Amino acid sequence: MIAELGQYILILALLVALVQCVLPLVGSLTKQHAWQYLARPTAWLQFALVAGAYGCLLTGFLRDDFSIAYVAEHSNHLLPTPYKVAAVWGGHEGSLMLWILMLSVWTSLVAYFSKSLPIGIISRVLSVLGFISVGFILFILFTSNPFLRELPIPAEGRDLNPLLQDPGLVIHPPMLYMGYVGMSVAFAFAIAALITGRLDSAWSRWSRPWTVIAWSFLTLGIGLGSWWAYYELGWGGWWFWDPVENASLMPWLVSTALIHSLMVTEKRGGFKAWTVLLAIAAFSLSLLGTFLVRSGVLTSVHAFAADPTRGIFVLCFLAIVVGSSLTLFAWRAPKVTLGGTMGLLSRETFMLINSVLLSVATAAVLLGTLYPLVIDALNLGKLSVGPPYFNLVFAPLMVPILFLLIPGTVAKWRNANLQDMFMHLRWTALVSVVLGASLPFLMGEWSFGVFLGWTLGLWVGLGTLQHMVERVLKPGRIGGSFWGQHFAHLGLAIVVLGVTGVKSFEVERDVKMAIGDEVTIQPYVFRLNAMGEVKGPNYTASQAQIEVFNSGESTEILKPEKRHYLSSAMPMTEAAISSNLWRDLYVSLGDPLPGDAHQWSMRIYYKPFVPWLWVGVLVMVLGGLLASLDRRYRRASAQSPLQTAGQALSMGADGEEGVVHEREIGGDSLESLSPEAVNSQEQSLEADTTAHELPQSPSLHTDSGVQSAT
Amino acid sequence: MKKFLIPLVLFVVLVVFLAVGLRRDPHEIPSPLINRAAPDFSLQTLSGNTPFSPQDYKGRVWMLNVWATWCVSCREEHPVLVAFAKQIGVPIVGLSYKEIQPQDDPEKKLTPDAQLSLARSRGSVWLERHGNPYTLSVMDLDGRVGIDYGVYGVPETYIIDKNGVIRYKQIGPVTPQILTETLLPIIRGLENS
Repeated sequence: MIAELGQYILILALLVALVQCVLPLVGSLTKQHAWQYLARPTAWLQFALVAGAYGCLLTGFLRDDFSIAYVAEHSNHLLPTPYKVAAVWGGHEGSLMLWILMLSVWTSLVAYFSKSLPIGIISRVLSVLGFISVGFILFILFTSNPFLRELPIPAEGRDLNPLLQDPGLVIHPPMLYMGYVGMSVAFAFAIAALITGRLDSAWSRWSRPWTVIAWSFLTLGIGLGSWWAYYELGWGGWWFWDPVENASLMPWLVSTALIHSLMVTEKRGGFKAWTVLLAIAAFSLSLLGTFLVRSGVLTSVHAFAADPTRGIFVLCFLAIVVGSSLTLFAWRAPKVTLGGTMGLLSRETFMLINSVLLSVATAAVLLGTLYPLVIDALNLGKLSVGPPYFNLVFAPLMVPILFLLIPGTVAKWRNANLQDMFMHLRWTALVSVVLGASLPFLMGEWSFGVFLGWTLGLWVGLGTLQHMVERVLKPGRIGGSFWGQHFAHLGLAIVVLGVTGVKSFEVERDVKMAIGDEVTIQPYVFRLNAMGEVKGPNYTASQAQIEVFNSGESTEILKPEKRHYLSSAMPMTEAAISSNLWRDLYVSLGDPLPGDAHQWSMRIYYKPFVPWLWVGVLVMVLGGLLASLDRRYRRASAQSPLQTAGQALSMGADGEEGVVHEREIGGDSLESLSPEAVNSQEQSLEADTTAHELPQSPSLHTDSGVQSAT
Repeated sequence: MKKFLIPLVLFVVLVVFLAVGLRRDPHEIPSPLINRAAPDFSLQTLSGNTPFSPQDYKGRVWMLNVWATWCVSCREEHPVLVAFAKQIGVPIVGLSYKEIQPQDDPEKKLTPDAQLSLARSRGSVWLERHGNPYTLSVMDLDGRVGIDYGVYGVPETYIIDKNGVIRYKQIGPVTPQILTETLLPIIRGLENS
């Protein structure tokens, strides 16, 4: 029953999504308030239904209901319960269920946290999100139904792909999907603004926190994916420029550009058309990623079942969504006013360069990813584009981005003074270059690459720290977005230092070992002590015991495994990794050598600075969360667009983000009040806004008319 | 106005390429061995005592089909080969690829001879159950011949002409459609040349 119930609920969700998509939008265009007010309840109802359908599928997994074909293909009696939960998104159909679940979560959150937004805006935003939901639920129902039954009922399921039976993979897809799908919110805000034809600071202010949260999830998702590949695939690599990885990197690059561009739009009213385009691009690339992964047009290590009908469906959906958005853009964007003037040297300039470089980097990755497909489509043969291309193109683009990051954060809006900036940063620059040039000697080998990488990493890190210290020493409350920005940059610096370190100083030994053999990577010695057998819940494994000596002293025993899952012919390597702050020791067990049963192939890697990658990513995510939790977003949304725009202008002269603003709207005084008092003050602020919005800006309400209704 | 249309135009171009790309199969990898002499080998057969070598079929068109009892897609492909064996009309040589998998013999106790006899008994039971389309089947236990032929996975099918040259390679299961539309015309063409 559970499968039929799930399918039935999913069809209901489709109908609700249709209502959510059509009525509020029509209502906002024809000024029918009742229809616009349907947006929120339908969003919540849709969430309940999608969650219900998802719950049905989950129940199927937990109950080992192998009559459901999807469950039989991806689960097994012996599979541990956490993996049964994760197995829901272990295949194509289920990951789409996760997609729409995430979408409905985002939609309801937007519905919930936007109470103070004009109904005209929110009805359009939710309507756009509803449209996306319609597309994906149709996709599931017509091409990828997870609720199909299989007869006769198999006695045992085929089990989850052993590669996916891993804690990293339990959390990686949900995080990544939260990021992908979260881009739909920024997209929906952009489309809503385009339909209105009004792209103003208020719009950018509303979409900023959502974009930053989505970006944080995307960052975390990519980081987790990389971490998983590193310890699970047994190759010791953490980034392969695989099409699926690129599919997640492209929205990340564009959304990074979007976050920065949104700031200019909010503060200075500039880059409006560009910001909208980035918002469309970020979501389009998320959809494109889905297309690339799901259609099988490209080969990838992420071997999902390829199905051309699915590909056609996603492609049509992509064409409709992105095509109509870009048409709307081409129609509306020419009417957008330009922002405030900007000097040749100003923060705006740096933001512009940031946007351009990140967009070029995205284009380069897109080109590399699609090149094999294009060449094949033109009948020019088959080829693949590998890491050499991406490294060659990507690294040079990152150099100016990193170099300009620090001047970008100290430059003043509108007009900056080069000499001031130079005087301000000269010591940081000097220290970075000196350390960047000398530290490689400590590691034993100097090369231009490591000098450049570390100098840039230090430059970003030290420059950010300098700015943080200077700000802390100044009086006044510091907003979350200040901390957010600087933590994110600090995280980036850590990642850059880590990437440079591991690329330059890693030592990889692929060796054959017999019991008692030793391999030396200074100052470590690895000795194979024994080989044994271990039994897991649904696998058996050969396990090597490798003792590690550091400068002659025994420090630990590493136990890499080669697992044979009972349900799969494919053996899995389980690398053993010893981590500390400075390095990983990575040992992965290969096959016994043919012909000689007493020797095994073994990968013994010394990977310095790898933990820095994960720490850096976490610091970046922390930055994103701090920025999105900035209190001014919560209060600012209660303000009328005109006021906000006015504030943005009045702030324009000041370089600090979120600091002056707090003072202006009374952030300091709020802190001392009790929670109740804050609430009532916020309510009164809201009431106040609505009260004086009418006479001040009648033109703004042509689309909503809420105030007169209330 | 015009510059705001650029993104749309670029996107349309992209969609066209994606649409064309959808009709291609990225897994269709041209084999470097096409139009080259089929690598020579001499392997024990499933049933007999005399080893088989491609030299034995010089002057005939024949097919080499890579299979294994552990291969799931082979179960899908096998009935097709069985049904069409007569219609194909040329010898089909089976290449039993790495029949003994590491998990069958985790402790490496089996001698090569024991491996061969285990593989033979498993293979013949499987062929008895699913039907035997093969003129004969050779045992590539260590997968060396597979490497020579550039086997990516099981099943794969090669067509070899009268001069011992590989003329076609099919990666993945042979379906009735592939057989009638692609393989048979090639075989007939080679037979008549």
